[in-house]
Amino acid sequence: MSQNVKKFCYVNRKAPYGTIYAWESLEVVLIGAAFEQDVTLVFMDDGVFQLVKGMNTKGAAMKDFSKTYSALGDYDITKIYIDKESLDERGLTLDDLQHLTWEDENEDWAEKDSIHLVDRKALGALLEEQDVVLSF
Amino acid sequence: MMLNIVNKSPFASNSLDSCLSTSAPGSSVLLIEDGVYAALSGRIAETQSDFTYYALESDLQARGLEGRVPDGVEVIDYSGFVDLVADHDRVQSWL
Repeated sequence: MSQNVKKFCYVNRKAPYGTIYAWESLEVVLIGAAFEQDVTLVFMDDGVFQLVKGMNTKGAAMKDFSKTYSALGDYDITKIYIDKESLDERGLTLDDLQHLTWEDENEDWAEKDSIHLVDRKALGALLEEQDVVLSF
Repeated sequence: MMLNIVNKSPFASNSLDSCLSTSAPGSSVLLIEDGVYAALSGRIAETQSDFTYYALESDLQARGLEGRVPDGVEVIDYSGFVDLVADHDRVQSWL
């Protein structure tokens, strides 16, 4: 099995709710994780809006899928990269986003940050390392 | 007078810019759906002397932006949306 593990990267560039891309991405990400692939998530451009804290979709009568992101750690999705430039352009900081973590079983389930703030150059290098890049 | 409706993020589309550069001063601009992300851009502050801005409350709430609405934007609910449409002669949606 282990030789069949590929590095999958999901690149999220759309805001949530206005289109179905963000939700569809999350569904596909969870499927990939269920097949025990090596999953990395990238949020850039309007994709950074997907992780903004404090969403309440009641009035807009849409499903609030933002809470699902906090479960990603339980699916062993521990590598989430945020483009700093995209945050800056939108007047946002990491404090405006959900705090996503995972528990490391090799270190007595120590809680660790899943989110890494990176620049465009680092993102480019990250994408070069992948076997498969899926864009949403 | 025209009611302009913008439903696209100003960071991902030129809809808001096209609306603002085309519309007559004094027009109204209603931000709905992803258009409410304009709350985070500088465009509203730059142009608020020319336009009357509104934003739909439920779309702000859905996106976690309720506390980030800049001065000069009136937050309205769905019945306020209906009133705006009724009170304007024409509506243009910048899809």
